[in-house]
Amino acid sequence: MKILKILKNVTINSIAWLIGLLWILPLMGILFASIRPYEEIIDGWWHFENFHFTLENFFKAWNHESFPIRIGFINSFIVAIPSTILPLIIGSLTGYGFARFKFPLRDYFFLFIVLFFAVPFQSIAIPVFRILQTSKLLDTYIGLILVHSSWGIPFATLFMRNFFLTIPIQFEEAAKLDGASDFKIFYKIALPLSLPAMASFSVIQFTWVWSDFFFALLYILSPEKYLATQCLPLLKGLYHTPWDLLSAASVLLMSIPLIIYVLFQKYFIRGMAGWAIKG
Amino acid sequence: MGITKVFFFLPAVILLSIFLIYPLFQTIYLSFTSPNGQFIGINNYINILSRKEVLNLENFPIPPLGALIHNLLWTCIHLPLSIFLGLIFAVLLRNVKGGTIIKSIIFTGMVIPLIVGGLLIRFSFESGPGIVPAFFQILGIKSLSKNWIAYPDTALFALILGSVWLWTGFNLVIYSAALVGIPKEIEEASMVDGANPIQRFFYIILPLLKPVTLTTTMATFIFELKTFDIVYISTRGGPGDASMTLALLMYFYAFRGLDYNSAATVAVFLTLLTLIPAFLMIRQYIKT
Repeated sequence: MKILKILKNVTINSIAWLIGLLWILPLMGILFASIRPYEEIIDGWWHFENFHFTLENFFKAWNHESFPIRIGFINSFIVAIPSTILPLIIGSLTGYGFARFKFPLRDYFFLFIVLFFAVPFQSIAIPVFRILQTSKLLDTYIGLILVHSSWGIPFATLFMRNFFLTIPIQFEEAAKLDGASDFKIFYKIALPLSLPAMASFSVIQFTWVWSDFFFALLYILSPEKYLATQCLPLLKGLYHTPWDLLSAASVLLMSIPLIIYVLFQKYFIRGMAGWAIKG
Repeated sequence: MGITKVFFFLPAVILLSIFLIYPLFQTIYLSFTSPNGQFIGINNYINILSRKEVLNLENFPIPPLGALIHNLLWTCIHLPLSIFLGLIFAVLLRNVKGGTIIKSIIFTGMVIPLIVGGLLIRFSFESGPGIVPAFFQILGIKSLSKNWIAYPDTALFALILGSVWLWTGFNLVIYSAALVGIPKEIEEASMVDGANPIQRFFYIILPLLKPVTLTTTMATFIFELKTFDIVYISTRGGPGDASMTLALLMYFYAFRGLDYNSAATVAVFLTLLTLIPAFLMIRQYIKT
């Protein structure tokens, strides 16, 4: 009986680790491709008879003559940081309003805003292009930041509202009796208590904006302004696929979200699951 | 409600009106008008359906079958597969040494940018550097040891399988979180009653996960419909439209063909499809 149990345990563990191994193969492949010369990986990165370590691919992608990832990185940060802060502030305000103020049709308004969370980008792409064009914000970071911020507001509102609802209301009521204004109660009492929720939203929103390709492709048109994700498809040659460049650029591009995920794993998962599972 | 309270909503209302609400209605309007602004009812919708890149059953069942069928195929394969794998892995990894590490590995697909994910799919399915064709070569299956990306009968399926690889982590994490919420006593009680693991899975765990499954299903469905980056970087919808999806088609119509009305029509169609599950999901969310 005991042997049977051990056997079963060993089987389950081996299956699980086999799955893990299978799952990591594509990532390992791209990682090995990025640190080896092109000729060594073009017939399969899993051949190790001939192994030469090199950082050449990274330098080539980082300082690419037409679409340097180095510039893309800077541009992506310029867009992603304000695009995280702006909806965080605005969404916190709105979320607080929905959590604490009473007014007619409140829940319907809330539902309406949150529904936008699921609307595909495609549904607004053309009119937003025209709006940016007429307001001279097309091909500017301010334009892109405004689009990303607006897009982040429904999620921020939903996330912050749900967190504010979990905070006991007594503190705020006491402050109200002392004559504090709504706004003062919001930023002196509610906001400091909601730092974990703000962290979760920020981590997800930053990763989201960093990873965005669609909006950047549509609204940033000058090559020198291209974001990191825009550079990636352009490194692809017309007739052959330079996997040395592409793999290094891929590793660079995913490194930022991966670092964020490793550093803020708890907040990251909570943010992801936040809208899927309560609490 | 006092005037200061209004200021809590004002910034959001302004931004959402300009960049979400007005554009959405403008897109709906575009889908019912001709390029010169005339109202033409549902003509654009009928017109779209008669186009080869949207619906094309000539070579059935080999792609290109049109973006509409491709999206349908994507849903029919990706949805059950990624939900099933996410659920099974979540149950399996509970009692595994280092299960958290494996979970993190699988979740990585959710963390990396989709544009990189698409490139990884291409990398894995291209003959030469790709491990998938190499694997089938060892097995001696000729029809699958070729360059999946370059052939119309395999390109779409490479993308679908690749997106299962990318997305399963989401369902895994959601199910894992839900499983923690199931009291140990319930399972222990059923063990005492002599239920075997398979019975336990079907009669105890599965019914308790029903509400979560609604969530994972809806979220997965919405993800599938929006698929753009993966296709753009790996195949651009090719070869010969064989992996074209609605989201990509909308982009080609609008920003390559400058046919805004057709593009808007595709966009409205996509939006309708996502709003139905989104509505269900949010209703459930508010209830809980």
